[in-house]
Amino acid sequence: MKVMNLVQAINDALDIKLAEDKNVVVYGEDVGVEGGVFRVTEGLQVKHGVSRVFDSPLAESGIAGTALGMAIAGMKPVIEMQFDGFSYPAFNQIVSHIARFRNRTRGKFSVPLVIRIPYGGGINALEHHSESPEAYFGHTPGLKVVIPSTPYDAKGMLIAAIEDPDPVIFMEPKRIYRAIKQEVPQERYSIPLDKAKVLQAGEQLTIIAYGAMIREVQKAIVIAKQQGFSVELIDLRSIWPIDRETISQSVRKTGRVLVVTEAPQSYGPAAELISIVNEEAFLSLEAPPTRLTGFDTVIPLPLGEKHYMISPERIATEIERLVKY
Amino acid sequence: MLTQKILDEYDPIKNKAYQLIDDEGKPLDKDWKPRLSNEEILKAYKDLLFERTADLMAVSYQRQGRMFTYPPNIGQEAIHIAAGIVTKEQDWLVTAFRELGAWLAKGVSLKELFLYFKGNEDGSRFEKANRVLPIAVPISSQLPHAAGLGYAINYNKEKDTAVFAYVGDGGTSEGDFHEALNFAAVWTAPVIFIIQNNQFAISVPLKMQTKSINLAIKGLAYNIPSLMVDGNDFFAMYEALSYAREQAVAGKGPFLIEAKTFRTGAHTTSDDPSKYRTQEEEEHWADKDPLKRLKGYILHKKIDDLKDEEELIKGFKKHIDSEFEAAENHPEYKVDDVFGYMYAELPDELRRQKNAYENFLRGVK
Repeated sequence: MKVMNLVQAINDALDIKLAEDKNVVVYGEDVGVEGGVFRVTEGLQVKHGVSRVFDSPLAESGIAGTALGMAIAGMKPVIEMQFDGFSYPAFNQIVSHIARFRNRTRGKFSVPLVIRIPYGGGINALEHHSESPEAYFGHTPGLKVVIPSTPYDAKGMLIAAIEDPDPVIFMEPKRIYRAIKQEVPQERYSIPLDKAKVLQAGEQLTIIAYGAMIREVQKAIVIAKQQGFSVELIDLRSIWPIDRETISQSVRKTGRVLVVTEAPQSYGPAAELISIVNEEAFLSLEAPPTRLTGFDTVIPLPLGEKHYMISPERIATEIERLVKY
Repeated sequence: MLTQKILDEYDPIKNKAYQLIDDEGKPLDKDWKPRLSNEEILKAYKDLLFERTADLMAVSYQRQGRMFTYPPNIGQEAIHIAAGIVTKEQDWLVTAFRELGAWLAKGVSLKELFLYFKGNEDGSRFEKANRVLPIAVPISSQLPHAAGLGYAINYNKEKDTAVFAYVGDGGTSEGDFHEALNFAAVWTAPVIFIIQNNQFAISVPLKMQTKSINLAIKGLAYNIPSLMVDGNDFFAMYEALSYAREQAVAGKGPFLIEAKTFRTGAHTTSDDPSKYRTQEEEEHWADKDPLKRLKGYILHKKIDDLKDEEELIKGFKKHIDSEFEAAENHPEYKVDDVFGYMYAELPDELRRQKNAYENFLRGVK
């Protein structure tokens, strides 16, 4: 075991897969010499060579489209969109081709690639550097979309994503890249991409969250505990497919659900999760399934972000309201 | 044979299309000799005639209501037939949707193409074709795939292998066109980009598409050797494509060919070209028809008298009809076909949705 943060755990997963499988290549903007703007790929070029870890021209559609070409030729590209807001130029390649090639060719060509996207706010960044676009990708048939919230999960899920026979959007909560340290096994291991995880057991309310929101919810649960409330916390981990089983089991037990997402509200993951709760646990409900999400606004620049980002106090207030409903 | 000297002579900045035979099929230079044997030339002519026959029949199937939207190839066949000869088994073919002869040459069956345009993904299986990507509808979006395939060829040190990637004139305005050229050049990827400049992007003429003096010139900014070719001149296309492939597989990187041609038919069966182009324009290009010109060459050089042409077409039609009937008799589209190919393994969520629909079909409440 070794203590790692998310950045180190992701780097470790890439390092292991590059060493294991010569078809794996890692590329994107500044991922080579610089080791990525977040240093996620640091040291990998020196270790694995410039034909396997390299800087590409600055063009996200080109990065995604060329990765498809490599993937159908038998390679395993792991590409990086430098920031969430820069994934949009690649959207057509992802939605129109990467997600569809297997279906279009009736399985003749598959597209086993991974698109890493550091996402989310809270890092005092410029515009377009703080977005939560997971709903776009989760809404796209043919993709798998996952978000780890811990170093341990990040390593195991990235290894699983690289080994997956289908395209995986691997979103990294950049706000907690270095905020969480954890003991992580040094050997290879993988974690299934379609399973949520109960992080904390509780009796009165289920909270479903993912990514950087997990840490905020955990702080809120500490407050709630002081108030005498028992909360169960589920780390969703997979935006698509959604682990219906884990969610419905929990809500049938607690009778209440709160979904917390940093992403804007309308048509977002919270709406999807609440639909599932309604389908699976309607007769167990003691309070309206509720969501606490980002506003349907543009995420403000750093000085205004405090209004947008969901604080533990806001979550604690919702916990109290729902348990007392 | 093309040489660097000829390439210099036809530098895109000079805005001159490389051409070997005139509108009647006579060599411009009377000492010029084709590098193909008479048999090969005759076969190319027959292949071209086959493409044209199949294409015209496809339009008529559509008119009979037996097929949905179809994009006709008529007028552009010399490009496809020449490329078909140059393309090798191990080469990748990356197309848009108007490359009939190029698909056939790579082993795609007419049945599959008909099936695709009848509205069934089974038509994109391309079962007997090696390394052919499916039809790409979003304009130019297929070109970055070609650059990625080129990277893979270099990465895997595959010998004597290239990628043939097609786009239309309108496609040169898309960002993906420029990104693909740039990536391929930076990576020295063995990709031959072929612009089928048929003068119109649906209804929009080239002069509204670009201020560039031609389209080949767009390659120069990326340091890609580029050549404008008379795309209705089978021999010029053959020479240009052979040279481009030789350069690409020799490690010289990508090559760009602008094939100047004319879309004699409509953009697709749902559009009416008389709305946006003149009869004079159509007549001007009719003189340059690629089939007519290759036929002219064969007769002029007395390679064959082509007296059996009607018989030949009759045989083609029989075969084409049988391929179309095979497409019509293809098994019915099943629920499994909707769900079965989305992922390597059907995710539980899709299984749930599929089961619910199948229960409905079975009348289970």
